[in-house]
Amino acid sequence: MNNFAYAQPRRLESLLALLSPTPGETEVLAGGTDLVGLLRERVLTPERVVNVCDVEELQGVHEVPEGGALALGAAMRLDELHEHPLLESYTALHQAICGLRSLQYQAQSTLGGELCRRPRCWYFRAGHGLLADGGRLIREGDNRYHAIFDNAGPAKFVSASRLAPALIALDARAVLVGPEPEYLSVVPLEELYQTPIDESQRETILQPNQVLAQILLPQADASAAVASAAYEVRHGEGPDDPLAAAAVSLQIESGVVRQAKLVLGQVAPTPRVADTASRLLVGHAVDQLRAEAAGRAAVADATPLSRNEYKVQLAEVAATRAILKAAGLATGGFDE
Amino acid sequence: MANVQYQWPSASAAQLLGTRQRRLDGADKSTGAAKYTYDVNLPKQLIVKALDCPHAHCRIKSIDTSAARRVPGVVHVHVIKTPKKDADGNTVLPEVLFQGELLVAVAAETEGAAAEGVGKLKVEYEVLEPFVSEEELDAAVQAQRAKEGRPRVSIQAEPDDDVEDEEQFENDEIERLFREAKYVVEGYYGIDAITHCCLEPHGTTLHWQDGRLVAYLSTQNVSGCDDGFAAALDMTADDVDVHCEYIGGGFGSKFRPDYWGIAAAEISKKTGRPVKFMLERDQELMIAGNRPSGYLNVKLGADEKGVVQIWDSAQWGTSGVTGGGVADKWIPYVYEPPNYRRRSTFITTNTDQSRAWRAPNHPQACAMSQTAYDDLAAKMGANSYDIFERNLKHISSRQKAEVYAEEMKIGARLMDWQAKWHPHGKGPRRGSVVDGLGMAIHMWGGGANASTCQVKIHPDGGVESYCGTQDLGTGTRTICAMVLAETFGLPISAVNANIGTSKFPFSGASGGSTTVGAVAESHRRAGQDALAQLCEKVGEKLGVKPASLVAAAGRIHVAGKPDEGLSWREACSLLGMRPLEVTATFKRGQKTPLSDEGVGGVQMAHVEVDTATGQVRVKKIVAVQDMGLVLNPQTAESQIYGGVIMGIAYSLFEQRIMDPKTGAFLNSNLANYRLPRLGDVGEIVVEIYEPPDQRERGVIGLGEPPVISGGAAISNAVCNATGVRVPVLPMTPDRVLAAIKSQGRASS
Amino acid sequence: MKQSTSASPPASGFTRRKFLQGSGAAAAATVLATTGGEALADHHGDEVIAGETTITLHVNGQNRQAVVEPRTTLLEVLRYQFELTGAKPVSADGSSGASTVLIDGKPMMASTLLALSVRDKKIETVESVSQRNSGAVPAAFVEYDAQQCGFCTPGFVVAVRAFLDKNPNASEAEIRAGLNGNVCRCGTYANVLQAVIALVKGGPRG
Repeated sequence: MNNFAYAQPRRLESLLALLSPTPGETEVLAGGTDLVGLLRERVLTPERVVNVCDVEELQGVHEVPEGGALALGAAMRLDELHEHPLLESYTALHQAICGLRSLQYQAQSTLGGELCRRPRCWYFRAGHGLLADGGRLIREGDNRYHAIFDNAGPAKFVSASRLAPALIALDARAVLVGPEPEYLSVVPLEELYQTPIDESQRETILQPNQVLAQILLPQADASAAVASAAYEVRHGEGPDDPLAAAAVSLQIESGVVRQAKLVLGQVAPTPRVADTASRLLVGHAVDQLRAEAAGRAAVADATPLSRNEYKVQLAEVAATRAILKAAGLATGGFDE
Repeated sequence: MANVQYQWPSASAAQLLGTRQRRLDGADKSTGAAKYTYDVNLPKQLIVKALDCPHAHCRIKSIDTSAARRVPGVVHVHVIKTPKKDADGNTVLPEVLFQGELLVAVAAETEGAAAEGVGKLKVEYEVLEPFVSEEELDAAVQAQRAKEGRPRVSIQAEPDDDVEDEEQFENDEIERLFREAKYVVEGYYGIDAITHCCLEPHGTTLHWQDGRLVAYLSTQNVSGCDDGFAAALDMTADDVDVHCEYIGGGFGSKFRPDYWGIAAAEISKKTGRPVKFMLERDQELMIAGNRPSGYLNVKLGADEKGVVQIWDSAQWGTSGVTGGGVADKWIPYVYEPPNYRRRSTFITTNTDQSRAWRAPNHPQACAMSQTAYDDLAAKMGANSYDIFERNLKHISSRQKAEVYAEEMKIGARLMDWQAKWHPHGKGPRRGSVVDGLGMAIHMWGGGANASTCQVKIHPDGGVESYCGTQDLGTGTRTICAMVLAETFGLPISAVNANIGTSKFPFSGASGGSTTVGAVAESHRRAGQDALAQLCEKVGEKLGVKPASLVAAAGRIHVAGKPDEGLSWREACSLLGMRPLEVTATFKRGQKTPLSDEGVGGVQMAHVEVDTATGQVRVKKIVAVQDMGLVLNPQTAESQIYGGVIMGIAYSLFEQRIMDPKTGAFLNSNLANYRLPRLGDVGEIVVEIYEPPDQRERGVIGLGEPPVISGGAAISNAVCNATGVRVPVLPMTPDRVLAAIKSQGRASS
Repeated sequence: MKQSTSASPPASGFTRRKFLQGSGAAAAATVLATTGGEALADHHGDEVIAGETTITLHVNGQNRQAVVEPRTTLLEVLRYQFELTGAKPVSADGSSGASTVLIDGKPMMASTLLALSVRDKKIETVESVSQRNSGAVPAAFVEYDAQQCGFCTPGFVVAVRAFLDKNPNASEAEIRAGLNGNVCRCGTYANVLQAVIALVKGGPRG
């Protein structure tokens, strides 16, 4: 890999001061499971790498003072999240972490790093740029693992985060900070992600000198318990990317869904909130037919590419089964 | 000295042979102490990384190394792909015919500097049209990349048949045979190219010492690679030492120093420093070995019992840049109907030339033909077991039909086949999950390779041996020690067996399951020869006939009378001042009571398929395998487990994915080149079939056979579960779904 | 999500609170402001390291000096400077697990860790991990022949140790689900599974 300068700040303020406003000049190291490979392959060639893992403000789970939310430090390792007593009730999050299937990724990846994983698109990884010649390489080439939604523009990769669908379903918000500690914005996690339209953009809205500092999770309300689940269709037990994924949260009262949020993963350049499908669930009890109807609705407007039509069905099945799983019903797939 | 009769001890007399023995180097491997080629660090060594060609087909117009040379830490830049002059003295631009070919090597003080230097190389390419669509025969023909082979036809002619016009006769006969067939099946089957993907990439760590080359090389062929280096470097093999104590996987891809090994030697010579040149992971996948793909259309006809009478197939595929493909010789596999016609077309693609891959040709042949036999069972509504058994009537194998029949029975019992069986596509459904059974059979030669062993017995009783073989992880080192220990009646720990360098007596390359036979032959012969000499001395001392003596339990004594003898140490002290040195050689192909060739085996698979997602999950695999005399059941079983798991790998996971547009190898990394993981292998039951008549045959190699029939067995199980054939391996979820959908369309 | 809503740097004269956007921003700011105490005295702080530098790494119970650049991975230091070659270079992206080491007791991949990032951490490689519990893990690997070529084995041994530390009573199903971060090409999984089952049954020594 090329040479670069390195810093490992302890404070958020120092971290932000070390980040350049110019795209590509600095990269954030948040665990290394993704970035170091990208550096070695020279897909990324920053002048400076800033390790965020020791930044104190990015550690730990904290109750937000005004209540109602937990703040998860972005530098927390996934196994720490998995074992944290305050996070026990966020079932979908745990299922997503378990889905990674690798002790090593679970121990080494951080929350922020995982949510900002770069796309696995093989044209991007081969150095053709995120959009791979304005999307031409993907359109004309082998797109079996590419997007089936939101792929009319040049971006046809799929969002790589395995945790994002679960966290979005759980109504997580992202706390973005920078370029100075005073500049702080909180956005629904789904709004962290964007579909880039040219090579100057990345797949998140983070500016080069901005970091994802925290994830805010609404605190469980005992009176309205939220059931959630994540379901991935994986090609085998390895840690490689699923073929389709879905996560859902259901607020169920007296057997009837009061609120629902269904999110698809691995199907579009961003995690995809399936609003229509979610609405189909509200006001009804969850059963096989209802879940299937929601699954169908979730993929109704899919626009597969030349080689990935199969993913439409997989996304539908993932959505259906995530709903069934959240409701405590059998998914109809392999025993887990 | 009496003429030594080479033989193995009987099952009852054997002390070690046939018992489970731990591999001798197991502790070194699992504690990280074992030093592989990649792990050998020589003082002041340079690290070499190479630029690989990003294009599948191009010409190299120019190479500018100046910026790379300026990178701090870069010591030397070595251009591998240099322009040549044609007969008229004109410069011919080098043409690259597949992605990944190494163009320029950069030697530096650290990995980082070498990699940075590679990044600074400037190469101008003239990009040419690639062709990599090996499954698409029409496209290959159109691109003039296809070459037809000579058809092979065997039609049983009656004495009164008119065979004046051979082709017309064949056509007429084939037509007649299909007319008369009770069942006719037509099918399409295939298997994609896969790579060797050795976890230790190809490469070498080497240095020059006083004009001699000392190379640590990751190789399956220590005794042959000194020649390889010497030939390329214009020297003689006596000036080359090749060492390979441990090798991180070979599978048929590591027989030569390769051009990057030669480049390493040249760089080392030029710089006067040791050099380490190991391929990167993507280079390993792109250029260091792959298995040919194969695709086949077939029509077969069977009689009312389901015995195939006529097979008519047309196959194609590629071995890469040199054309070639799967040999049609093995089609249909193991089974050979009385009448057949096989046609093949070989396709030339812009992919690296294939290398031998564990059981060359056999896994593909099995997956492309025993699937058709299973489709015959499906068509008949018959139990696949019965069809596979009945067709044993017509086989072409070095193992006997009765042995296969016996192995099938054992397999069926271990799988509980009859209880689990349901007709194709007619099993119970749980949610969207269905399950099914499949089976297939295989064969292999496995005759012993050439090997020489030198045994040294010291007057103090110490035993050491030297043999230029290598242990690929199969347990060869352990076998060497075991055979000598058995011969001398000693514990394994008393024998110091040395292997892994070309300085030792020649032993053949480890390919084709030839190694266990080779080292068993050379070590047993050397051991028996040495023992005979020792017994001369002991016999003299005790006043008994040397031929009456045996070595057992640490003593040399009169057979049946343990008290009439000497301890091993006392016996050895009779040697006087000098050790006893004996060398024995086994020549490949010579008649021998110690080893044989020709094995068979059966594998059965039980799978679950999620028909909504196309996911396949292996529940259980049963592997029944004969291999003549089993020396070490522990490591033999491991070989079979490994073969079964590799079968799962190419049935369900691994495939080389080429970009039809750019010719790029898209998944040349472990994140996308999917291999099974621990959670993917289900339950594996291994049964070694070793009745007395098989044991008497002596040692037969085992590496290849268990990797062969898993593909067809798993494919057949998926077909039995779903009622549809997923034609091409690996059966990835998209392919399984496509097959299910196409059947849905056909039946609606 | 399509549009950016991030705060762009405001013109001067704004008050702090105006830089906060989105619901919950103020609360989040409070958490950030109150998280983390005094910076530790020995931290590497804001120092920017470029070029070669000498660092101390705590490896297998010893402090050892290494000369590294920012791009130098822990794996390179272990293999080229410390002669600890048990962790293997198999994949650039850590997808093989062959370079697994323990960092503060947790399994991570030395191939994807920069050496500078593990200063002040406790690093344990297979050479040390394999000796723990009287060498129970390698002993089980030998007993069940859970290795062929052996190139993946050290990474597996470290992963198994880490897995058992966390799951001493793992069921077979948990073992099958829990050890998928390591790739083996020879196909030793069935033997590894047997070895780990035996280790669990063996109780505390495992």
